[in-house]
Amino acid sequence: MFEALTERLNRAFRDLSGYGKITPENIEPALREIKLALLEADVHFKVVKEFLSLVRERSNGKEVLDSITPAQQFVKIVHDELTKVLGGESAVAEAASNTAGIYFLCGLQGSGKTTAAAKLAHLFGNAALAALDLQRPAAVEQLKVLAERIGAKFIPPQFPNDARRSAAHIRDIFPSLECKHLIVDTAGRLQIDDELMNELKDVHEIINPSETVMVLDAMTGQEAVKVAEAFRARIGLNSIFLSKTDGDSKGGAALSIRFITGIPIKWIGTGETPQAVEQFHPDRFAGRILGMGDVVSLVEKAAKATDLKQAEKAAKSLMKGKFNFELFLDQMREMKKIGPLSELISMLPGGSTLPIDAIPSEKEVSRFEAIILSMTKEERRNPELINVSRRDRIAKGSGSKPDDVHRLLKQFRQAKEMMSVFSGGKKISKKIGRMFGM
Amino acid sequence: MIRIVDKLKKGLERSRRELGEFFDAALGRGILDENAATELEEALIQADTGPQTAEELVEDMRVWMKNAGGGVIAETLREALGLRISRILRSAEVPANSNQIPKITLIVGVNGTGKTTTAAKLAARFSADGEKIILGAADTFRAAAVEQLKIWGERLNIPVIAQAEGADPAAVAFDTVQAAINRDCDRAIIDTAGRLHNKTNLMAELEKVVRVIKKLREEVEILLVLDAAVGQNGLVQVKCFAESLPLSGLVVTKLDGTAKAGIIVRAVAELKKPVLYVGVGEGIDDLIPFDAEAFAKNLIS
Ligand SMILES: Nc1nc2c(ncn2[C@@H]2O[C@H](COP(=O)(O)OP(=O)(O)OP(=O)(O)O)[C@@H](O)[C@H]2O)c(=O)[nH]1
Ligand SMILES: Nc1nc2c(ncn2[C@@H]2O[C@H](COP(=O)(O)OP(=O)(O)OP(=O)(O)O)[C@@H](O)[C@H]2O)c(=O)[nH]1
Ligand SMILES: [Mg+2]
Ligand SMILES: [Mg+2]
Repeated sequence: MFEALTERLNRAFRDLSGYGKITPENIEPALREIKLALLEADVHFKVVKEFLSLVRERSNGKEVLDSITPAQQFVKIVHDELTKVLGGESAVAEAASNTAGIYFLCGLQGSGKTTAAAKLAHLFGNAALAALDLQRPAAVEQLKVLAERIGAKFIPPQFPNDARRSAAHIRDIFPSLECKHLIVDTAGRLQIDDELMNELKDVHEIINPSETVMVLDAMTGQEAVKVAEAFRARIGLNSIFLSKTDGDSKGGAALSIRFITGIPIKWIGTGETPQAVEQFHPDRFAGRILGMGDVVSLVEKAAKATDLKQAEKAAKSLMKGKFNFELFLDQMREMKKIGPLSELISMLPGGSTLPIDAIPSEKEVSRFEAIILSMTKEERRNPELINVSRRDRIAKGSGSKPDDVHRLLKQFRQAKEMMSVFSGGKKISKKIGRMFGM
Repeated sequence: MIRIVDKLKKGLERSRRELGEFFDAALGRGILDENAATELEEALIQADTGPQTAEELVEDMRVWMKNAGGGVIAETLREALGLRISRILRSAEVPANSNQIPKITLIVGVNGTGKTTTAAKLAARFSADGEKIILGAADTFRAAAVEQLKIWGERLNIPVIAQAEGADPAAVAFDTVQAAINRDCDRAIIDTAGRLHNKTNLMAELEKVVRVIKKLREEVEILLVLDAAVGQNGLVQVKCFAESLPLSGLVVTKLDGTAKAGIIVRAVAELKKPVLYVGVGEGIDDLIPFDAEAFAKNLIS
């Protein structure tokens, strides 16, 4: 559907390897790919424009390192800039520092406010949840049930037809509950609905929160900026709670808001339960927007490993889907430098969805190595050659059972298919699901 | 009925001011030069069509202008673009009306798009047409989801079939269809829990709901509800739901906001699923049958 960025960049950079340097001319095809990737990630088109000129400036004149491909290096530059725009390290610190007081949640209909209220209460502990959504059927009941589930105190609206008076009641009763935090849920509303926006302004004034949070659906498109600006203009916003990040949307809207308004994203929702909440990490999110898993940290790790050429070869073949036992062996040796295989796989796009037991343990890797070393060069290059008698010979040579050889062959085939899935950018989840009989 | 149209108009006018200016500036120069083409493309992207569709449409218009001789005015160009878009939107075939009684409608979609509200709106609509309706609360997962549908049922005076929270949604669906048959209903409308399309187990749960319904009634109308504010993920949603279930069509909600739902154009073009209804407010009669021309006009005006 949407092609993986690394693939596209590899194409854009196919001719760059001879250049040695990134120049304004040779970078244009790559910038176009980045532009498409960002737009398909729902980054606002104005942000895309400005961001591209930033990257153009930043990468001009950069030497193309010998150790990694130009595409990978360029991705790294883009990724670093994205991370900075998303708030760099400071964003995490901001989230951590701000944990006491009165939180006021607002946002569009269905964005995830009520759920986010419960999530924050769970995260902070010792919190009271207050319901101010008098609009939607059973909205109060929903928050009440969630409050019970996490053992938080619950303040219902005292005046079912009057949000303002209910807000005043919440404000007045909260001190007597002896909770450290108050989290107020409000009704969803469109930013262009004057009547409801006026109501929001009034109840916001009455509650007088220490933190005003807009809850934004990670699947939101180009509208996100307009919405955030409108809410900010009315009541001021301190932070964004990005919900539904457990989906496969890229979440570029978050980048746009941060870029244009400077409002930090502090938390992300990672599921429907109150427990499914995490602090926002700019670097991880940059990778998500670019749709490339943590290819960047893969590149970084490879660059640190002693044998750069070898690592490059491994990473390259990993992404290319060309795969035989020689490479498998190379990789397994290399993995010991780069880190456990499981970690590496989890950094690849789609890799995090792999079931854990599909990944061999360190012990198994050593045993596999022995088996592979007992194969002839021919057999390593063409695993199809391995019939029953060859299998028994290999087992003997490596001091293992024929079953172990069989298992390795199976693992190898799975790994091979996995690699071709990663490099092909096809429907990963479906394929992997089939691969493991799910 | 007049009220709804007014409401939609009001909603559309608000957004017309912004994008309208954009298009006027882009098209005002009469000829589609490089600058105008870029602005047009950006306007389309801002409406969430995505870069690919935007590029294709602009290229289409470029060729059209050339063929037309270059003398057309901005307004004509806008009309031509609108026509292109509505043609795409009409390109997916609307499934034929079934004769089965009771008719079964299943509402599906990702979290928070407006499924429960749409189920209630549909119930109100068909009920006003004189049909005998029953609602099924097969969202047994989200806190107070059953309660939410029950409140709508009370307001509309339409019975709601429900079980305890945590019950098997397929069992609720089965009960609902069974009740619809026993009580001589014309139609059963079943609400389901929101689920993200990348969650295999939840999609399998939905497949089971459909299988179980089919034990009682062969034909099931399945409507996928999309939020107008959705970006490029909308395409993935349609694709994944269509892969799991035989979708009859789409419902686009929250079109009373400023979001244009441009991704729908690509979704219809690529996946051939028709849009059947649009939601234009939180009220019970804020649901209108899809009109491709109006949708296209809204997108580019
Ligand atoms: N998968 C997933 N679902 C979420 C997340 N956050 C919220 N949801 C779901 O999204 C839907 C809407 O969430 P609510 O909390 O009811 O949204 P809201 O903004 O309060 O909605 P209104 O009050 O109607 O405007 C529900 O089905 C939630 O379970 C999340 O992080 N991940
Ligand atoms: N403005 C507007 N709001 C809508 C529309 N349709 C639904 N809503 C609102 O969107 C919010 C979510 O609607 P629900 O019907 O609860 O959504 P859902 O898909 O059932 O949500 P989950 O079951 O939690 O996944 C509610 O606040 C609705 O009032 C619409 O067409 N326009
Ligand atoms: Mg709510
Ligand atoms: Mg619902």
